[in-house]
Amino acid sequence: MSFDTVIFIISALVAVFGATMMIVQRNPVASVLYLILSLVAQAVCYVQLSAVFMGAILIVVYAGAILVLFLFVIMLLNLRGTEELGESPNAVGRFTKYLVAILLTIELVFIVKTATIPAAVTGIMNEAVDEFGSVSQVAKLMFTDFLYVFELTGVLLLVAVVGAVVLAKTERNESHSLAQDEEGADLRESAGK
Amino acid sequence: MREILRAIFDVVFRMPAGFVVTLKHLFMKPVTLDYPRKKEEMVPRYRGLHYLERYDDGSERCVCCGLCAAACPADAIYMEPGENERGERYSKVYEINTLRCIFCGFCEEACPEEAIFLGREYEFAYGSRNEFIYDKEKLLVSHPRKENKFKKIYRRVRKAYGVPEINQ
Amino acid sequence: MLEVIIIGSIKVIAVVSVLMGGCAYATYLERKLVAFMQHRIGPLYAGPWGLLQPIADSVKLMFKEDVVPDKVERVAFTLAPMLGFIPALLVFAVVPFSSNFTMFGYEIKGVISDLNIGVLFVFAIVSLGAYGLILAGWSSGSKYSLLGGIRGTAQMVSYELSYGLSIVGVIIIGSTLSMTELVEQQSSILDWYIWKQPLGFLLYITCAVAETNRCPFDMPEAEGELVAGYHTEYSSMRFATFFVSEYAYMIAVSAVATTLFFGGWQGPLLPPIVWFCIKVFAFMVLYIWLRATLPRFRYDQLMGFGWKVLFPLAIINTMATGFWVIWMDGIN
Repeated sequence: MSFDTVIFIISALVAVFGATMMIVQRNPVASVLYLILSLVAQAVCYVQLSAVFMGAILIVVYAGAILVLFLFVIMLLNLRGTEELGESPNAVGRFTKYLVAILLTIELVFIVKTATIPAAVTGIMNEAVDEFGSVSQVAKLMFTDFLYVFELTGVLLLVAVVGAVVLAKTERNESHSLAQDEEGADLRESAGK
Repeated sequence: MREILRAIFDVVFRMPAGFVVTLKHLFMKPVTLDYPRKKEEMVPRYRGLHYLERYDDGSERCVCCGLCAAACPADAIYMEPGENERGERYSKVYEINTLRCIFCGFCEEACPEEAIFLGREYEFAYGSRNEFIYDKEKLLVSHPRKENKFKKIYRRVRKAYGVPEINQ
Repeated sequence: MLEVIIIGSIKVIAVVSVLMGGCAYATYLERKLVAFMQHRIGPLYAGPWGLLQPIADSVKLMFKEDVVPDKVERVAFTLAPMLGFIPALLVFAVVPFSSNFTMFGYEIKGVISDLNIGVLFVFAIVSLGAYGLILAGWSSGSKYSLLGGIRGTAQMVSYELSYGLSIVGVIIIGSTLSMTELVEQQSSILDWYIWKQPLGFLLYITCAVAETNRCPFDMPEAEGELVAGYHTEYSSMRFATFFVSEYAYMIAVSAVATTLFFGGWQGPLLPPIVWFCIKVFAFMVLYIWLRATLPRFRYDQLMGFGWKVLFPLAIINTMATGFWVIWMDGIN
């Protein structure tokens, strides 16, 4: 068993462990921490597969930014300790979650069965395959073959950002209109502005 | 846009001025000093811890008249009179509570015998309140000693204020 | 294989110990320099000119009682200082501190790990630095800590974008993500990337100060209003860990700036490692000078500055660099 394989097995186990613990935990902060653990382990897996760019981006974007925001929100809402969720009251709700879980499992099994797994797992130390998964390779694909999809994703994100701004701005607009009506104008005039 | 331009303006033109200021101050002489090792020279008229003066032959100057205690605005001086073997009045007990004392120097001015002076000692700190009460043992200067230069200064001050000189 | 591991371990130990010493003496440098700028003298008593002060401080912190308040989340409370500290050390894995040299007959690389995505690695690691702060703030169970943590998180997330974009210009010109290659491209003083990317450098240094939570962006630990911010409830070695990691971050960020904008270890006459240390030292002085000069930002000013000024500037810089490179290619 080579050194690379050992690292791969360890990181894969840690990733699965982290993901499992994330679901099992009732404490939201602990959940997020386990998710970070899982993400870091996944990044190590990517690096093992020579997809170094993917690994780095996974940490920069997900572990470094998005999960920080998750923690931020949890802190703001002050979700402390465990929270009792309880069973959902109606039978449909109870049934649905099992159905979804079973369907997902079946899907997973099919994906794993049909996927072609590359013969060799090469590590970062190996200089022979340095072109695969490098930034230039990823960029080339992104800006040639998948340009259309890439731009569409960009537009989607832009729409999301605009939507978020619109949602957050509603309250501000009301107060703004209040300031623009006659009384507000008088007030501003008297304030000498 | 305006904010961006202002920020660039600030960084390019205003911030260097601030940096120059701190750089200038880097080379200025420090105002603090390496205290217990180096001490500030006290001004001649600094009013520090009191001491009781003696005559040249070693006998105490203080006659326990009580003028210092009367002049003391903080009521920090306590004294009890006594009589020595020559039949002269002297202070048997003389205590200054330095915790009460405000170091105004009124006792020094009130004293008709030039017995009490405020020295330049300012480093007296103790662990208990009792130690701050200075009795005669601590206040009296040791007997054979050289001429007190503060006394000379004090005489000059008295002259300046038109206080008549007292014969010894 | 064994040789590689041994040489690697020795390099790691050497770098970490030099870094720890550097952190300790960075505190001394800061205290002395700020003192002189404020007409004071600074530490004097431990050793000649107070040179042993950092050692005295660390011994003191080690022997202090480790107080864990009653209402803290224990696991996160213990984890937070470590999570803050580790990323600061990890950055040095990819920073080239010297050219390749031969010692005892072995050819030794002047960098612990010559990753071909070195710059990205630095980002990935620096972005993880927020966790120490956020967890410390949340787990302490104190309002000052929580406020400090929230501020720190918001600040780090918003300045990270500009921080990342500020070096994209350098990457575009250098067309590589490897730190060693970037250093090799800057062989003479005229080739330093600061001349080609002055705006990028200004953005980098501003965001770096914000990322490391230093004055004038030290909102998470603003003494005036938050006691000590996220590490209010920490004492003894845990506090020392936060303290050291702040300085380790400063040195790390300075080392990255040196590598990207100031030619890394390149320099005439003196050995490369000395040049590297001189440049990093100059950056540390700049950091401290900044602290002595500028007052703290207000929180809303800080966020406004990050999003409305730095971020657009970073995007403009990136786009301009891209156009410039394409235009130059067209001419040649």
